[in-house]
Amino acid sequence: MSPVYIDDFSAYLGADCDRDSTLAILRGEQPAPETDKVDFKPSLLPPNERRRASESVRLAFSVCEALYFALPEDARDLPSVFASSGGDYRIFDTVCRSLLEQQRQISPTLFHNSVHNAAAGYWSIASAARSASSSIAAGDFTVAMGLLEAMAQCLSAPGRCLLACYDICPPAPLNQVRPISRPFAFGLILNAQRSAASRARLTLRFDKSSESESTIAAEFLRSAFASNPIARGLDLLSALALRTSATLTVPASAGQNLELSLECLS
Amino acid sequence: MQALNIHCITASSALGLGLSSQFAALRDKRSGLRQNHFLDTGDLNTWIAAVNEIEHCDFPDSHRDWRCRNNTLAWLALQQDNFFEQVNALLARFDRRRVGVFLGTSTSGILSTEIAYRELQDNEGHLPSWYHYEQTHNNFSLTAFVADIFNLQGPAFTVSTACSSSAKVVACAQRFIDLGLIDAALIGGVDSLCLTTLYGFHSLQLLSSQPCRPCDAERDGISIGEAAAFAFLSRSGDTDTKIYGLGESSDAYHMSSPHPEGRGAADAMRAALTSAGLNAGDIDYINLHGTGTRANDAAECAAVSDIFGGDTPCSSTKAWTGHTLGAAGALELAIATLALRHNFLPANLGLGQLDPELRCNVLRDHQCDRSVRRVLSNSFGFGGSNCSLIVGCDK
Repeated sequence: MSPVYIDDFSAYLGADCDRDSTLAILRGEQPAPETDKVDFKPSLLPPNERRRASESVRLAFSVCEALYFALPEDARDLPSVFASSGGDYRIFDTVCRSLLEQQRQISPTLFHNSVHNAAAGYWSIASAARSASSSIAAGDFTVAMGLLEAMAQCLSAPGRCLLACYDICPPAPLNQVRPISRPFAFGLILNAQRSAASRARLTLRFDKSSESESTIAAEFLRSAFASNPIARGLDLLSALALRTSATLTVPASAGQNLELSLECLS
Repeated sequence: MQALNIHCITASSALGLGLSSQFAALRDKRSGLRQNHFLDTGDLNTWIAAVNEIEHCDFPDSHRDWRCRNNTLAWLALQQDNFFEQVNALLARFDRRRVGVFLGTSTSGILSTEIAYRELQDNEGHLPSWYHYEQTHNNFSLTAFVADIFNLQGPAFTVSTACSSSAKVVACAQRFIDLGLIDAALIGGVDSLCLTTLYGFHSLQLLSSQPCRPCDAERDGISIGEAAAFAFLSRSGDTDTKIYGLGESSDAYHMSSPHPEGRGAADAMRAALTSAGLNAGDIDYINLHGTGTRANDAAECAAVSDIFGGDTPCSSTKAWTGHTLGAAGALELAIATLALRHNFLPANLGLGQLDPELRCNVLRDHQCDRSVRRVLSNSFGFGGSNCSLIVGCDK
């Protein structure tokens, strides 16, 4: 399969992490701040929409906006893939609690924010992007499938594609059945063509059945984010932050892994 | 695009189980809509299209943790039209690691969570032990269940873009096949009745108190339905019915209202025509998304008349099947294949007086007098997510 190029990357590791501290944490040089909430205010949304934006939308925006502002202005309407294993657990909780009440009144805003493609919808509005956008879920394989779908988007109409992978923490009682203790998200700009912006060349192979144990991400990072399905992307992010070439594996389906060959270019 | 073969296809909805039931109900003019009777939601004055067979459908004991309304509907639908046997026979020709599974749903098995929450108070805040979030409510549950039933190990994910979900899965299959990642794909969509969608659409004041009336001057909202539809696609061999084109777009306008001039809808239809290498005049019938809300039908018909003029026959089948949300794309793909197979264009049920603002040839009655070779099917969802498919048959 043809390689794609990674032009840029971003990650949400906790509140008040600017680009420099995000890179330092990903390189294992400093600890990640402890938090179970997303503290990010989207700047691309008008005030009304910003107030209504749910936690998963804000988490997705945190990694998308970082990439958006670094793109040339004429390249900001690009196809996108939004990958989240669980969507917005907080909304599901609120809606299910509203349904226990006599009147069963669901907030209309909450209802339209409950769709899995809420982040994609808000993003297309905020960035005026009219290109194709997929919103997908694949449980513990969400990162692998997000990468494949974004690569497929990028190569099928050769150009750039935005990938955002994100999962928030479920509130009680949903945390009993889906325990995720920290929110985590990352974003990539993939490009079918190599350019001056290319940071790395990424080649994906789906058919690997054996997992080579990669240890790029620092141990404390892996254990801090272990409960979040999106943390399957930590090794890739750490390798990008360290500017290290590496071969990584990510679980991709029952019995198969996705092999990521990352070759750093800058 | 290079056409994709549809090796087999099945659909189950309130019209009945399997393709021939869909066709018979349409032909004999039996709508699946009934006054709302779903669980204890009778206080909602609306009409629904329920698949009543779900209530007494058996479920594989090997997968009992996966049992929920949505996966039961999926299981029920897979048993129709010999689909299960046909797919297994086809799989003998493919490497199961190179067969993708891409299924659409909007709410998956959320009904299980809604019911589990009812036990929280008596359970000191604990979810009941019968409840399995991962296998029921989670959006991936549907796809993981179906992939496991067929022992497929290729790329598999759920597409959840509200009401365009199970049209967009065809685009995923096409991209993955084009890239050489897979040789075939099982695609489809399943959405089932739940309180979240019923009370949610009620809160948006989008539920009609009557059977929905798409394109009618007095239309006032949707009627919710449930359905499951699946198809097996590949480039190998040859089949009568094929997917010739598809187009995707985003409105970039509003979370729950379409762009008033149907800008995104027009983008998707034009992209589908371009990918099929067809002109507007080549399309024999358009299956409209046609939900029956004021805004949706106006936006879609504006886009249709802009591209196709006012002659191309079109209809919404939502008043037959209800709006099956994340399953609508796959269900209407199946209805499109019926149109091709039987040279049968279904009437737009519920059409009393055509909204004079809509300048489209909306079919008041079934039309069976001409050869049908190319059908365009539209699916548009919340968040401004649009997808149009072109399915055809050479005669």
